[in-house]
Amino acid sequence: MSGPRRTALFRPPGACFKKAPLGSEAGGFPGAIGRSGDALGAMTKVTFMDAKGEARTVDAQVGSTVMETALRNSIPGIEAECGGACACATCHVYVAEDWTEKVGKPSQMEEDMLDFAFEVRPNSRLSCQIKVSEELDGLVVTTPARQG
Amino acid sequence: MNDVISTDVAIVGAGPVGLFSVFELGLLDMKCHLIDILSKPGGQCAELYPEKPIYDIPGYPIISGQDLVDNLMKQIHPFGPTFHLGEMVEQVESLGTADRPLFRVGTDAGTTVESKVLIVAAGGGSFQPKKPPIPGLEAYENASVFYSVRKMEHFRGRRVVIVGGGDSALDWALNLHPIASRITLIHRRDAFRAAPHSVNAMRALVADGQMDFVLGQVTAVKGEARQLTALVLRKESGETIDLPCDDMLPFFGLTMKLGPIADWGLNLHENLIPTDTEKFETSTPGIFAVGDINTYPGKLKLILCGFHEAALAAQRAHHYVFPDKKLVFQYTTSSTNLQRKLGVS
Repeated sequence: MSGPRRTALFRPPGACFKKAPLGSEAGGFPGAIGRSGDALGAMTKVTFMDAKGEARTVDAQVGSTVMETALRNSIPGIEAECGGACACATCHVYVAEDWTEKVGKPSQMEEDMLDFAFEVRPNSRLSCQIKVSEELDGLVVTTPARQG
Repeated sequence: MNDVISTDVAIVGAGPVGLFSVFELGLLDMKCHLIDILSKPGGQCAELYPEKPIYDIPGYPIISGQDLVDNLMKQIHPFGPTFHLGEMVEQVESLGTADRPLFRVGTDAGTTVESKVLIVAAGGGSFQPKKPPIPGLEAYENASVFYSVRKMEHFRGRRVVIVGGGDSALDWALNLHPIASRITLIHRRDAFRAAPHSVNAMRALVADGQMDFVLGQVTAVKGEARQLTALVLRKESGETIDLPCDDMLPFFGLTMKLGPIADWGLNLHENLIPTDTEKFETSTPGIFAVGDINTYPGKLKLILCGFHEAALAAQRAHHYVFPDKKLVFQYTTSSTNLQRKLGVS
């Protein structure tokens, strides 16, 4: 269940960053996967290391997520079964030591979802919840041997 | 041997598109039986993101997965579909001809449905338990390692380790506690997604010395002849210990696998079922594929596309179910005939 065509699964776009108070105006359209607002077009680099140590460095659009970046570039080891809804834990990555502080800690909901991942470590994150930004230019993450 | 259920249309998958198929088929007088491996209707909407908002359902600027499912259930209610939940379709046999198709559908629970039309609305395949990537674990499955509890008696007097922090893990820790000789719950952190009352009940048993809770992750298993003797556990401190046990129940949620669909004799392309775009029929006349499971030039995996596919598939299905009846296209807004079927006229 992987491959470039998986991008078609982006069903509830960005439906996951915060639990939206449904129907409330204020809740509106929370934390969408940054298709608006951010400097569209700005590009950074993300490096994906696989479990065997092979590195793939790709361009990433500011405002998109690390998971989307992986799918667009057919990075093996990111399944993203739920299409970015923070609902499946099949886009689990390990953030490289020197990036953990900048990337930050998972939210409560992401922590809950990490319970469905295997070999969870202190630097574990779900890549659908990491937003590409200029501060994260050069980010390095490692994909686990198996997403489960 | 159960009796064979005879119906017009069997639908594999009770996700949004399977449910809406009931509506479109119902307007054309076809009766449906739906089969789904989950214990509730709604598919991914209900299982993966019930509380999360969907923004691209026409007419709903925002709707949660569960609300969409609830609305669809209300919408198809007039047509009285029959649900076979918690069952996986294993075999599909073709008994008819290309002009007069007839299918016999068998589930893992022993249900047999015979239908003139089969609609595969199976989404990403069937939801199946996630298996921890522990080397050699398969050898113990269904003897000493279980992903669901079918017979509680199996665990009587045994040392049972339950892994996970959700409702399944906590519910089974509590339910098996009176039966097993010892329950050990293993979770990677001291926080649980499960219902607070279950967590409190578990904590009370642990405080009372009646149950063990260990913070850590299982990294390997030991045993012989399909029988576990111990788990290798990496504790939070990094220390590795052997935890003697007889059975392990890992609860890491569900993942989607294509499952037995691959064995039904349909053409497949990268685990998807190719269809035409006029009626969404597969390589087998009388078998249709709608929603995320199908593929055709320009396919988008959107719920709204699945709804469209269901409507067109129903038109063709009518031809197989009522070969001698002419189908006249009607609108629900103006047709008293359709309104009578919907119970509104």
